Amino acid sequence: MKRSNSLLSRVFMALVFVFLYAPIVLLIIFSFNAGNSNTVWQGFSLEWYEKLFRDRLIMQSVYTTLLISLLSTIIATVAGTFAAIGFYSMRRRIRDPLMTVNNIPMMNADIVTGVSLCLFFVAFFNFWGDFAVWFNSLQGVIQLPTRLTMGFGTLLIAHVCFNIPYVILSVGPKLRQMDKNLVDAAQDLGCTWMQAFWKVIIPEIKPGIISGALTAFTMSIDDFVISYFTAGSSASTLAMTIYGMTKKRVSPEINAVSTLLFVTVLVLLAIVNIREARQERRNAHRLHA
Amino acid sequence: MKNKLSWFAVPYVVWIALFVVAPIILVVIYAFSTADGSFTLDNFSRMGTYAVVFGRSFKLAIIATAVCLLIGYPISYLMSREGPRFQRVGMVLIMLPMWMNFLLRTYSWMSILENNGLLNRLFQSIGLIDLYNQIAMALSANPAAYEPITHFQLINTQGAVVLGMVYNYLPFMILPIYSVIVKLDRSLIEAARDLGANTFHVFRRVILPLSLPGVLSGITMVFVPSVSTFAISKMLGGGTEMMLGDLIEQQFLGGAYNPQLGAAISLVMMLIVVVCMVVMNRFGEGEEQAVML
Repeated sequence: MKRSNSLLSRVFMALVFVFLYAPIVLLIIFSFNAGNSNTVWQGFSLEWYEKLFRDRLIMQSVYTTLLISLLSTIIATVAGTFAAIGFYSMRRRIRDPLMTVNNIPMMNADIVTGVSLCLFFVAFFNFWGDFAVWFNSLQGVIQLPTRLTMGFGTLLIAHVCFNIPYVILSVGPKLRQMDKNLVDAAQDLGCTWMQAFWKVIIPEIKPGIISGALTAFTMSIDDFVISYFTAGSSASTLAMTIYGMTKKRVSPEINAVSTLLFVTVLVLLAIVNIREARQERRNAHRLHA
Repeated sequence: MKNKLSWFAVPYVVWIALFVVAPIILVVIYAFSTADGSFTLDNFSRMGTYAVVFGRSFKLAIIATAVCLLIGYPISYLMSREGPRFQRVGMVLIMLPMWMNFLLRTYSWMSILENNGLLNRLFQSIGLIDLYNQIAMALSANPAAYEPITHFQLINTQGAVVLGMVYNYLPFMILPIYSVIVKLDRSLIEAARDLGANTFHVFRRVILPLSLPGVLSGITMVFVPSVSTFAISKMLGGGTEMMLGDLIEQQFLGGAYNPQLGAAISLVMMLIVVVCMVVMNRFGEGEEQAVML
């Protein structure tokens, strides 16, 4: 029944992929350019890679980006999984409004999320300043810092904030598919409550956890707007560094760093997908046997 | 067992209250207050002066969403008809650009669209610009005074901004539509065929209505970031095509420091999102999965 696509529709698909990848390919090609032009080819060189590794500003922002993405993904995956299990065990009347609130950061425009968090942090720091002055005047043992500013910490909170909903949304359906009797059965067979959790629930929802973590990491890496409003002046992600550069001139070092990031992701995704495909084939074999 | 597990959600509920609900309440408070903290509606009436920005943002976002739909729907549909291996690789390829920060991708478009960028050089080398000059000179009333162009104006135009939006947000249109189409019950299509429907009818009467939740979710996911973008308009629009996002940014971090006005505009933006969500919820269940690829 399944008929394959005509040549014309194949061409259309190919064109869309060309559209999606042409800018990326160009970025990669010109990272090997000898001159500092992004439009005229002046011969092959690795000069921009060399310069990149000596550029403290860019390397620091790459490091911040990766660290924020990794940390926020780990925190969001753990917190989101627990939250999803909790939500799932609630009665619908309580769960539904909570899920609506949970969806807010995902649905809201990035800039609104960024602005609201920015306002919140500033308000909190003002409040904290007053509190610390009062607290320090009260006693001399513990001196609280009176001036807090936005930086790595607020950036991390912001990223965790918009990542958790994605984890919950991908773990939730797996929990709903799970046979509710499994946990009871495990406990009847002598599992403690903790064992039932680790040995039954977690393995059942593992695919959801993994895809949630992957989505969270993607969102973190891709984010610019929310970081821009919550990082203050002390921390800078790669995107923020580039944005700062576009006002003057963007250095081809950016091409080099994009190429390195892109190739890393490409290799990682290829490995994950090949492994998944193999797993599926193996499972199919087992079913036939 | 049920009630015990529901305690797992308590820390997250506290987190939501702190970092989602409280910030939004702050935005609402700011939107309705003056710089010294008393109640006012001025922030909203002052928005009238920015009607041009509102109009432009909506216009460009609607165009970008429409273009995304026109490209995204056929792609999703065609993709779902391919073999499993093709589908797997295809979806990874559609997701992959997202792993490069969208600013990097937009920056790449800058060097393509520049006045002496790649496209203009290409047009030059195939003689398109000369051809244009010849035609324009022949058509002009005073050929002697005609000034030949050296390049087409591609960057710093509204078209460039729309292109940037389409390029960046197209995957957000494809993913939800694809995930709905691919889960369609194949037997429904077969049934329609058995009952005498041709390909066109199967599409119009079965596939299209059933994929509507994905379409709506895709429209929301493209429209909301498009209408609120600020980096794209600055990089590809050259700052001349100010959008709502730029307006908000200026009120907080830019020259025109006025967080109260910025909060009021943000509040309007939130209302837009709420409207989108209500429309989507009306079309029911498929939505939740559709949002997640």
